[in-house]
Amino acid sequence: MANPQDSLSREHGGIPWKHVIGYILSIILTALALWVTFETGFSTRTILIIIFIFAFLQAALQLLMFMHMTESSEKKSKLTGNTQTGNILFAAFVAIVIVAGSVWVMGAGHGKHDHHKMDSKMEDMKMDGDMKMEHK
Amino acid sequence: MKWDEFFVTGDPLIYGADVSIVLTVIGILFYLTYFKKWKWLWTEWLTTVDHKKLGIMYIASAVLMLFRGGVDALLMRVQLATPDSKFLDSQHYNEIFTTHGTIMIIFMAMPFLIGLINVVIPLQIGARDVAFPYLNAVSFWTFFIGAMLFNISFVIGGSPSAGWTSYMPLAGNELSPGPGQNYYLLGLQIAGIGTLLTGINFLVTILKMRAPGMTLFRMPVFTWSALITMIIIVFAFPILTVALALMTFDRLFGAHFFTLQGAGMDMLWANLFWLWGHPEVYIVVLPAFGMFSEIISAFSRKTIFGYKAMIWAMVIIAGYSFLVWVHHFFTMGQGELVNSVFSITTMIIGIPTGIKIFNWLFTMYKGKISFTTPMLWSLGFIVNFVIGGVTGVMLAMAAADYQYHNTYFLVAHFHYVLIAGTVFSCFAGLIFWYPKMFGYKLNERIGKWVFWVFNIGFNVCFIPQFILGLDGMPRRVYTYSAASGWGNMNMLSTVGGFLMGIAFLILVYNFYYSFRYSERENTGDSWGLGRTLEWATTSAVPPHYNFAVTPTVDSFDPLIKMKRNNVNLKPKIEDIKKIHMPDNSGVPFFMASFFFVAGFGLVFEWYWMGIVGLIGVFITLIIRSFDKNEGYYVSEEEIKETERLTV
Ligand code: HEM
Ligand SMILES: [Cu+2]
Repeated sequence: MANPQDSLSREHGGIPWKHVIGYILSIILTALALWVTFETGFSTRTILIIIFIFAFLQAALQLLMFMHMTESSEKKSKLTGNTQTGNILFAAFVAIVIVAGSVWVMGAGHGKHDHHKMDSKMEDMKMDGDMKMEHK
Repeated sequence: MKWDEFFVTGDPLIYGADVSIVLTVIGILFYLTYFKKWKWLWTEWLTTVDHKKLGIMYIASAVLMLFRGGVDALLMRVQLATPDSKFLDSQHYNEIFTTHGTIMIIFMAMPFLIGLINVVIPLQIGARDVAFPYLNAVSFWTFFIGAMLFNISFVIGGSPSAGWTSYMPLAGNELSPGPGQNYYLLGLQIAGIGTLLTGINFLVTILKMRAPGMTLFRMPVFTWSALITMIIIVFAFPILTVALALMTFDRLFGAHFFTLQGAGMDMLWANLFWLWGHPEVYIVVLPAFGMFSEIISAFSRKTIFGYKAMIWAMVIIAGYSFLVWVHHFFTMGQGELVNSVFSITTMIIGIPTGIKIFNWLFTMYKGKISFTTPMLWSLGFIVNFVIGGVTGVMLAMAAADYQYHNTYFLVAHFHYVLIAGTVFSCFAGLIFWYPKMFGYKLNERIGKWVFWVFNIGFNVCFIPQFILGLDGMPRRVYTYSAASGWGNMNMLSTVGGFLMGIAFLILVYNFYYSFRYSERENTGDSWGLGRTLEWATTSAVPPHYNFAVTPTVDSFDPLIKMKRNNVNLKPKIEDIKKIHMPDNSGVPFFMASFFFVAGFGLVFEWYWMGIVGLIGVFITLIIRSFDKNEGYYVSEEEIKETERLTV
């Protein structure tokens, strides 16, 4: 690509295959989700899991095909595109670790009885007197 | 609230502090007025957007905070030196260990490193400044104001006392009434804005502003370490921001995120805190690794051994640091499966760190080593940090940690990693790049005294704490009985603490001594051993635009290659072009001041004041948005004059 004009003109002429494929795949994923919901006899839980998976796939697809995630503004430099992809993947990783990790850690072992134990815990701490919130 | 509640009263130590604060403020005001320095202060410092000056201000604030945190530490050591001591009462002791920990991590270690990063990184990548110079000023001032807000707590309103970890329910309204804990929440929140902005700023700077030819794998190790650190900051700090905000809601507005009542989850605070907290320990240690790499390579006169391994180790650490947080609360009761998983992840994270240690050793192997003070600190780091790492792996075993947890063994562990890693690197980096900032070196002879006194003091202070911990002494206790038998080791530890205090004083004396007597440098490569671009400037202290002509790079350690090829660093007169530079601005300073007003108001739950402050912040944002000023050009004549080029 010699200058930015080039890529523009290329998109105007010819068929933008990327967009077409992305569009078709998006429709297929949406249709599949509808089909799973209305036409299969799975339990609600299973259905939810399946359509969530479809939703995430479609989000990734759109980022790739329509949002130019891997493209770079700089000529001959893949840096920006790769940085963005890496950034989004790492963000997804951190988000999953935080949410799923917290749920797992807080729900495991004794932690999971936290709420049932609440009353006895408060008695243990003998703080009933001070426990009233001080709203100022 | 009455006035006698507003000011902290009743303790001679506090009155002493009051008097010294008032005297210092009067002294500074007098100095500025008498020597007519107000204008100088305003134009040169308070409104600057120059990365080098902001860096120096970061470092100066960090040294100040090191002093404050150090005084806290010595007060604690005095109290613990003897059994059943009455020097501090339990509340006062709790406040002091809380402010000590918070200040040392948030307001000393991070700003010190960020300050050095500010000074060095743009130069090291051959840039004129950072990507967003104005934002950089906002970063500094929000950090500074956050630090000040936190620091005044001990004379106004009372300090937080729930530890730097502020576990719930202890940090809730019921057990920590009053403004103390609010200071923690708002001070950290405001300073956290600055840190997050720094993360974004330097991430973009390093990715987009490198000199032509400096590919990612030609970046110096320090630049790499800064890049990785910024990535961790950008992803970890939002967790702290959210957790602090939730606790603020609990305390100020009666929410129930972490409270015992209302189905709150007190343990969730610990979980979120350490989700940020463990990445945080890597935020404060990776730049340290980077600096040691530069220093060891320079003074061994060898290129760094295993460059790629160094980089990949850091990349792995960046991702991995988010997978170990539970090791800070193995005893919380999440069961053996969770504990086993995090035990293993924690042990594994020692591996990349170990790789780096070997790389430093191999860099020195067969090198021609100069034992300058920065190099001494680096050697001291390697030896002491290994002790910290090995004890870390001991703590990583969940079953064993039930014994070590919250004892002095843990305290000794993290001081061995934080002092030998972060603090040593700050001293080493400060000494190494001091001529870049001020145009002269710190005196080496005095510097060696600082090193030895500090090192001996450090080990005398913390080795006994390993023993005390194994002997069962818990952390965060304000006293112990003579029957426990812990008296001698504690006394020894206190002696070590004071040795470090003395070393700090010698260091401060060295600032003064070197200012008076050090020989002024007249080349950019003060140590004569520079390998990277920051030493390729034409003068010892680079002009505000850094490089008259942007350097081009075609190798790793570019300056070494230039020296080998006898490249003349002086720019050619025909290459000089006018340079676009950003304008100074007073807005960041005012924005931060409004943050102070808002923060102070919220600390005391004076909502009108909080609202006024926040409106002020918004006004400064609006002013900035409509600011059409697009910087200015440094003329060719001015550059030629600065570079002493004649036609
Ligand atoms: C070899 C790598 C390391 C391992 C395996 C490791 C392991 C651990 C473990 C398991 C704990 C919790 C112990 C307990 O609470 O009972 C801990 C605490 C701690 N570590 Fe490390 N660590 C390592 C390196 C570091 C580094 C590099 C730093 C910082 C520069 C650091 C700073 C801390 C701090 C500040 C705490 C205590 C925080 C507190 O409870 O107040 N560690 N470490
Ligand atoms: Cu950790």
